[in-house]
Order: sequence, then C-alpha cells, then structure tokens
Amino acid sequence: MTVNGTPLLEVGELTVHHGQLKALDRVSFRVFLGEVYALIGANGAGKSTLLRTIAGLHHPTEGTIRYDGKDVTGLRPERRATAGIVMVPEGRRLFPSLTLEENLQVGASYARAGEWTIERVYELFPWMRERRRQRTEQMSGGEQQSVAIGRALVANPRILLLDELSLGLAPVVVQRIYAMLPQILGTGLTVVLVEQDVSQALRVASHIHCLLEGRTTLQGTPADATAAEVEAAYFGLATAGEDLWPGSTPSSRAS
Amino acid sequence: MAWVNAIIQGILIGGLYALFACGLSLMFGVMKVVNLAHGDLAVVGGYVAVGVIAVTHVPVLASFLIVVPLMAILGYVLQRTVIQTALNRSILTTLLVTFGLSVVIENGLLQFINAGSHSLGVGNSIITGSFKVNSQIQLAYLLLLIFGVAVVVLLGLQYFLSRSKYGRMIRAVADDQEAAQLSGINYRHVFGIAAAIAFGTAALAGIAYGMYTQFSPTTGTDTILLFAFAAVVIGGLGSLWGTLVGGIVLGVAQQIGAQISASDQLLAGYIVFLAVLVVRPQGLVARGART
Repeated sequence: MTVNGTPLLEVGELTVHHGQLKALDRVSFRVFLGEVYALIGANGAGKSTLLRTIAGLHHPTEGTIRYDGKDVTGLRPERRATAGIVMVPEGRRLFPSLTLEENLQVGASYARAGEWTIERVYELFPWMRERRRQRTEQMSGGEQQSVAIGRALVANPRILLLDELSLGLAPVVVQRIYAMLPQILGTGLTVVLVEQDVSQALRVASHIHCLLEGRTTLQGTPADATAAEVEAAYFGLATAGEDLWPGSTPSSRAS
Repeated sequence: MAWVNAIIQGILIGGLYALFACGLSLMFGVMKVVNLAHGDLAVVGGYVAVGVIAVTHVPVLASFLIVVPLMAILGYVLQRTVIQTALNRSILTTLLVTFGLSVVIENGLLQFINAGSHSLGVGNSIITGSFKVNSQIQLAYLLLLIFGVAVVVLLGLQYFLSRSKYGRMIRAVADDQEAAQLSGINYRHVFGIAAAIAFGTAALAGIAYGMYTQFSPTTGTDTILLFAFAAVVIGGLGSLWGTLVGGIVLGVAQQIGAQISASDQLLAGYIVFLAVLVVRPQGLVARGART
C-alpha cells in the first residue's frame, strides 16, 4: 500500500518517563490521512501513555511529535485540540454535573470548522435527542462512551485519538460502538486507537503497532500478520524491536 | 415582638453575609482555592470606592460601576499569576499564598492609608431612612437594598453559570480540568474568569459593608472573612444559594444572641457555625444549587 504526501502525524523517537520509570522507549511511527492506526499491547505496555503524549497530557523526555508537518511537541493539550488532535480519554471522563447536550456543547466550544455538529451527532446516535437534558451519570457505560465520542466529534478533529473504547463495556456494546466507526471515518477523519482487545483492533485497523514494555515489537498491516506473530509480539516471544515485515514499514508506505 | 424583630433583622443582614460569601464559595467550587485574602479584597474594594468617589465625585451608589470592573481585572491578573503559580505546585500552596496576600494587603493598607475607619456615607437620602412596620419593627431601606443586591447577584451568577457559554465552561473545568483541556479549553483562562467574578462580588461586598457601617484595614480578616467562612460552611461548600441560606442563618443567630445580651452576638453566630459543622458538615444546602 502506498500513500503519497507527508504524514498527518509523525511520532519520532519518543521517550516518556513516569518519574523514574521509562514508560516509552524511542517509539516512532507515522499515520497518514484516512488511516486507522491501532496501538496494541498488554497492560502497562505504554499504549495509553503514547496516546496521552500525542494529546499533550504527558511531556516526552525526548523525541518529537509532528502534526501536519509542524512540530507540536511543546504545545499545550488545549492548543492541540483546537488544532485538530482530539482525544476520547480512557474512562470517558464526561462532565458529571452537565447534561448530555451541555457535554456536547463544551466539546464544540472551540470547534474547528467542519461537518460535525451536535445535530449530526444526534443523527448518528438517535437516542441522544430525547435524553439530551439528562445528566450523563445515570447513563449506561455504552451510552456514556457514545457521548464521549460525540463530544470529541463536534470539535471537528482531523485526528481522533480513541483510548480503550471497550474498557468496562459488554462485548455486544463494544461491537455496536465499533460498528459506528465506518460512518465516522467517512467524514475524512484519521483515527489512532488504543485497544486491549486485539481481535477487535485487527478487525478495524488499517495498521497495527504493538508495544511491549514501552518498545515497539511489531508494526504493519493486519493482513500481513499471522495470529502467531501478533501473539509473539504481544507477549514478547519475538526479539524485541524486530520488525517482522520489513516490506511494510511506515517509511516504505511514504515512498 | 422584639424576637420577631431580631429574626427579621437577622434575615436582612444575611444578604450582606451572602455577598461576603458567594465569591469565596465560587473560587472554592471551581478551582478548590480557599482564598484567605477574600475579606481583605472586599476591604480593598471599599477603599477603592472611597478613592474613586473622592476623585470623580460619582454618587456612592454608582461607585460600584467603576470599582467592580477594576477589582474583576485585579482578580483575573492575580489568578493568572500568583494564584495559578501556587496551584501548579499544590492546593495547599494556595492557602499559604492567599494568606500571604492577606497579610500584605492588610499591612499595605495600614502603611499607605491609615489605621482609622472609613465609611461610604450615602448622606441624607431615602436609603438611610427606614420603613416602620409597627412600633417594634423597622426595616432599614439600606439593608433591604443590600439584601436585594445579594439576591440579584446570586440570580445573575446562577443564570450565568447555567446558561452562558463561559458558565458552562466554568462548570466543565470544575468537574474535570483534563477533560476540559481535551475539548480545547484553556482552564487557566477559565479560572481567571471565575476569579474575576469572585473579586467583583468581593468589591460589591466591601462597598455594601462601607455603606452599612465602617471598615478599617483589619476588617477584612476579623469580620468579613470569618463571616464569609461561617456562611459558606453553614450553607454548604460550593453551593451558591447555600451562601444566602448560610448568611441568613448566621445573621439570625447573631441577632438572637444580641437579643439575649449584646456581648453574645458574635458568640451565638459561631455556636451555630460549630453546631452545623458537627451535625451536618456538608452544610444545609449540599450540592446541586450550583448548576
């Protein structure tokens, strides 16, 4: 697969520390327009740290994050959001004292121009319209996750960062939320997602990136990977840092 | 009938206490900052009003049109600099910093003005008059006016917080700073706006206090801050209407205490304050009223 032009998001040699602990060790990857880039890995592999660093919530000790050709490594989270990098955080993190609609309105406070509006979110999730005056506290986990996605969409992001969408949700609810993904992608969005559930990630992703203890153990397309290879990278059975498919690295995609 | 009068006077003075308290409560509710300089800032508002009136000769009642915006700007600037710097370290640091601010303001006033008392006399106008209900009960127009102002301020704040875009952003930031940042909100700016509002209400409180009685450089800590704390705790931390309920309960307790013996006035207020802390530490109006 060949994609021309500059990458929309380019993470270069990113190292992040949590105090003494090295959470990420020289992780690099590129994401091109329209891709669904999945970060997979076991608990504590550094996936969420990587996503939160891209959103600006953690500061890297070394390395750069380039967005649309510009260095955004030092930019505050709110500036990245208004520039078009918007995250759906782990655990939803809705505003509990606000109603559903107010949550969406906050998401749209500094929205970029684009086709996503609160009305459009109601079309995507029709149940929301009737319940827009309710607080989100009493809603189910799946409903809250949908509100969190809606709150991110109304900002009209170019890159949507999805952190552990399936966390704490019943499998059938997870299926339903992921079924929405094509409709969201149809609007020209690029997605970087963190997913604990590898089979789910392999189903939706155009590229996968496996982390183990902060290092990259595998990068490529789901079609290239056998279950055994993914398993090896996930649990660290292969040599750490080895690229299993040299022919499909991000750099070759760009050429 | 004297007891009925004490209760009515207590309710009215509760409006003034609500004005003392609502800014303190707002800053705590939004950024978890207990502003120990709140009372001193109210006194600064009073002194600024004295100065503004002396220079521009605006009527006392109109002085708030100049003083409140000035204090609001001061609030925004102090929040974005000194208080935010303290917040970046820890919530506890804000206690030290606002305490320091309080000491600096108080001694600054002693140094550059004087230790004497000032008031904002409204002269012989209808405001200084009162309305006789019967031989025992008189309602001072000034206290009625202050009570009315307090209600209007609280209604305005509630409307602003629940209906406006910035109010919504203030509530969102109070709920979850990080999630607000992910929606593109600069929470430091939102904190600044909340502080501007809080300082504006403190200025109103200072002016109202100066019209009601007189203030000196130490009034901020020995009266206004203490009464504001008592009102906030009795009403419920972070609740706007709780400050009015708390102010009224404090005012009524004080007036009833004064009815027993003049020296029991303050004591009675603090006994009720302690009783609420023991029996209902979350306050009489717990949560909910803020939205």
